[in-house]
Amino acid sequence: MAFSARDLVQGVLKRDRRSVARLMTAIENEDPESKAAVSELYSHTGNAYTVGVTGPPGSGKSTLIGQLAKQYRKHETRVGIIAVDPSSPFTGGALLGDRIRMQELSTDEGVFVRSMATRGSLGGLARSTSELVNVLDAFGCDIIFVETVGAGQSEVDVMRLADTVVLVLAPGLGDDIQAIKAGIMEIGDIIVVNKADRENAERTVLEIMSALELDTEQKKWSPPIVRTIATSNEGIEKLVEKLEEHKCFLKEAGMGRRRIKGGIQLVEALKVRLAETVIADLRNDPDFENMIEKIARRELNPYEAAITLVNKIVGKT
Amino acid sequence: MEVIYTGLRQTPEQIVEAAMQEDVDVLCLSILSGAHMTLLPEIVDLMKRRSLDDVLVIAGGIIPDEDVPKLKEMGIAEVFGPGTPTHVTVDYIKSNLRRKL
Repeated sequence: MAFSARDLVQGVLKRDRRSVARLMTAIENEDPESKAAVSELYSHTGNAYTVGVTGPPGSGKSTLIGQLAKQYRKHETRVGIIAVDPSSPFTGGALLGDRIRMQELSTDEGVFVRSMATRGSLGGLARSTSELVNVLDAFGCDIIFVETVGAGQSEVDVMRLADTVVLVLAPGLGDDIQAIKAGIMEIGDIIVVNKADRENAERTVLEIMSALELDTEQKKWSPPIVRTIATSNEGIEKLVEKLEEHKCFLKEAGMGRRRIKGGIQLVEALKVRLAETVIADLRNDPDFENMIEKIARRELNPYEAAITLVNKIVGKT
Repeated sequence: MEVIYTGLRQTPEQIVEAAMQEDVDVLCLSILSGAHMTLLPEIVDLMKRRSLDDVLVIAGGIIPDEDVPKLKEMGIAEVFGPGTPTHVTVDYIKSNLRRKL
């Protein structure tokens, strides 16, 4: 790494944008030095309010985030935006095009926009998205929008990362029923019907309302439905109002959500660490190679092999 | 390669700021308006002033051959005209990256 992790951390805390950008790259590339940096920054996080924005392609997520950012900037709120797009499973490459909708934000000192490719992760987010959110948090962002790859059922990652999840739908995408069927309604704390000037917008709203009624679980928060026309900045103030309401609701609900997020972050960090240390060690174990041979010859099944190996590691016989 | 496409009609400031936030290895400028002799050097200059000179800057679009040498003098590493096969550009990038990956 051309810059030391130490330098970058200091840079981020001093609000140097270049340091933020460089550290993000190091984290995405799994640079070993970046781990120390992430660790060091962790105690400086906790100030930012994270909003996950999910929904099918074409629903207007990027445009909506751009308008939300502008609205928040009117109150001098510092905004961070991470836009995630899918990597090709064949070539590993990606076309990241969410910035198109956010051009004017580039020159606003109070906004930081970063694009990420999923690089093989499923679930709508990239593996290191939560670490990049932490960098923006430590950098001083008051609100961070994370735009996920919206394809349907798989956006559950965003629920673990965000304080508030906004589900963006648009009429006529043919996805209305899909969204309802897939249980995607459970993901959204706020449901936006964008492109609300379209013909079947009200029908979409009604379908969402009846889907929400199907949810029999007693919840303390009922997801409001907000109609927007992102391209003409309509409904944005209302959406901000709802975001602030949910933020208050979370505060009153106490540490609950933060505790859940903390738990998830710990388990994820544990999985990575285990993979690195334990599995790496196993590869040097001759038993490991023998097992692979047997599995290839169908004399052993991988599930039993895994149990045997884990028992060996934890000292059981 | 991860390509960040930022859209049409941007100012040099918007472009350079985006390049910095995304921490790019290569900046590709496509220009069809004919204003390349003004805008491209301005962008290169901004990149230098922001200490982003380790970023490879290339250009394409409607750029007459006779302007290419001057552009190269001003910091555009290479110009790829219309019809350039993609692999030519890709190979150039791979062999000319200034940053270590």
